Amino acid sequence: MNLADEVVALLTDPFMQRALLAALLVGAAAPVVGTYLVQRRLSLLGDGIGHVALTGVALGWLVGAAMGLAPNEALAIPGAVVAAVVGSVLIEVVRRRGRTSGDLALALMFYGGIAGGVLLIGIAGGSSGSLMSYLFGSISTVTTSDLVITVVLCAVILAVGVGLRSALFAVSHDEEFAVAAGLPVWLLNMAVAVLAALTVTVSMRVVGLLLVSALMIVPVAVAQQLTHAFRRTMAVAAVVGVVVCVAGLTITYWNNVSPGATIVVLAIAVYVLAVAARPLLARRAPARDPHPDIPDDVVLTTAPAAAGGGKECAP
Amino acid sequence: MSALTAGRRTVAEPTDPDAPVIEARGVHVRLGASHVLRGVDLAVRRGEVVALLGANGSGKSTLVRTLVGVLPAESGTVSLPPLERVGYVPQRVSAGGGVPSTAEEVVASGLLHPRRLRPPRGWRARVREALDQVGLADRAHDAIGQLSGGQQQRVLIARALVRRPEVLVLDEPVAGVDRPSQEQFARTMTALVDGGLTVLVVLHELGELAQLVTRAVVLRHGRVVHDGPPPAALGDHSALGHDHVHPHAADDMAPRRGEPGGTLLDPTLGIETEVRP
Repeated sequence: MNLADEVVALLTDPFMQRALLAALLVGAAAPVVGTYLVQRRLSLLGDGIGHVALTGVALGWLVGAAMGLAPNEALAIPGAVVAAVVGSVLIEVVRRRGRTSGDLALALMFYGGIAGGVLLIGIAGGSSGSLMSYLFGSISTVTTSDLVITVVLCAVILAVGVGLRSALFAVSHDEEFAVAAGLPVWLLNMAVAVLAALTVTVSMRVVGLLLVSALMIVPVAVAQQLTHAFRRTMAVAAVVGVVVCVAGLTITYWNNVSPGATIVVLAIAVYVLAVAARPLLARRAPARDPHPDIPDDVVLTTAPAAAGGGKECAP
Repeated sequence: MSALTAGRRTVAEPTDPDAPVIEARGVHVRLGASHVLRGVDLAVRRGEVVALLGANGSGKSTLVRTLVGVLPAESGTVSLPPLERVGYVPQRVSAGGGVPSTAEEVVASGLLHPRRLRPPRGWRARVREALDQVGLADRAHDAIGQLSGGQQQRVLIARALVRRPEVLVLDEPVAGVDRPSQEQFARTMTALVDGGLTVLVVLHELGELAQLVTRAVVLRHGRVVHDGPPPAALGDHSALGHDHVHPHAADDMAPRRGEPGGTLLDPTLGIETEVRP
């Protein structure tokens, strides 16, 4: 079989079609939300939400089992969505109360999320092994109904994340000014929290909860090496996200390796390349003295003091 | 505004041209355990340039932050024009968050207001115009973090001006700012005030703005202790050819006014370390 046949086979495989579409959407959506998280210095928030989402998965499983639903995990994803939204809203509330306790709240989410998930899945009659596909992703098993959820949620994330970009930027950049400008700051902060939660749950199928944050943050880190504008950072990050997700998934079509891990390793490889390429890009920029000669306030000659004599005071 | 819990906040659109555009009555603000403002009255009329002076901790910043709705007042009333017609310049923020942004992007966020969460058509031209007003048109695409402190402050002023405000509220716009930026700031303000802008500005010293300020309000320990003409001696010293206001130079002015607030006009005015209870 030559390469063209291989590609045709890949593109006509319904499993692969669904997986590719999911990877494409998640690859674009995750870095868009990640840009806001990095701007707010909350790069680890995605991880915290991911851990809480695990409890949600187990809780959904438990409820599904209790209701006697056909596949026990039918409610796993809705459970994850609910838990992730509740968790990220809680973090946002704690963050607003005082900055120091935000860090502690994140830590509590990490531990409580994992422990709760493992505990509940046991009660539901599963084993911690049942959680593996959520922890590390299972994109090749994406069903049509999974795909519908993914498409809808990604559309919402992209519409809000890109459409309200200016307002979300304003709030993340300078909250005090945003309040004085009359923006609905509380609502916009909550929007970022909910977007982060939704992103975590849609990315869960592609890279797994443990690696979700990587998909949100690493493309932003790549983009920062290449640009210093906020909008362009977001755009470049989304492109990087799509490329690594689709490329990583394609690799796993021929090689039996974990898609989630492949995608994240690819993203980090791109980051290393970008760091290496940065000096080359920088050299092309015209040299400019960032500190041109400007007059200062310091009087160096000992001129007779104006009135009252003596000290010069700096402004 | 939801920021005010106990205090009342109104949006004023006075038809009477002599009515104040900014008004605070009996504003009391507590931050934690300390009473930062204790019943402050302040009125700014159309076209006035009011300087808010006082030592560090006297409540100047707290007052303007309460006026624009960043801080809640415990009691008292505040009235201000609708927020889309108010430009607010906070004390300089550090160079932003974890993602760098350009001067153009920061200024563009000034175009948003309660009824507009997306930039309007033609926003680039308006941003360029505002950056031009502060003399930074050529730095539009530079990252904020690469600009000097004074230039960053001018970007924040442009962010307020891009709204085309009727009222500009500035919190220490020239504190620790390099000389060219201060001069540029004075030029910008002169042009705007000539165009009819109303200004409330928190200052440590009148400095470059001395000619422009029509009235000075002095706060001490959260109370207004002077409301009237700006201290004359400071004006003399910022005259042409004078590089700096000198704290001990104004022997001729202190006892002059024989009014209760007279001591305020002593030369330590505005020099934070020397004003003590």
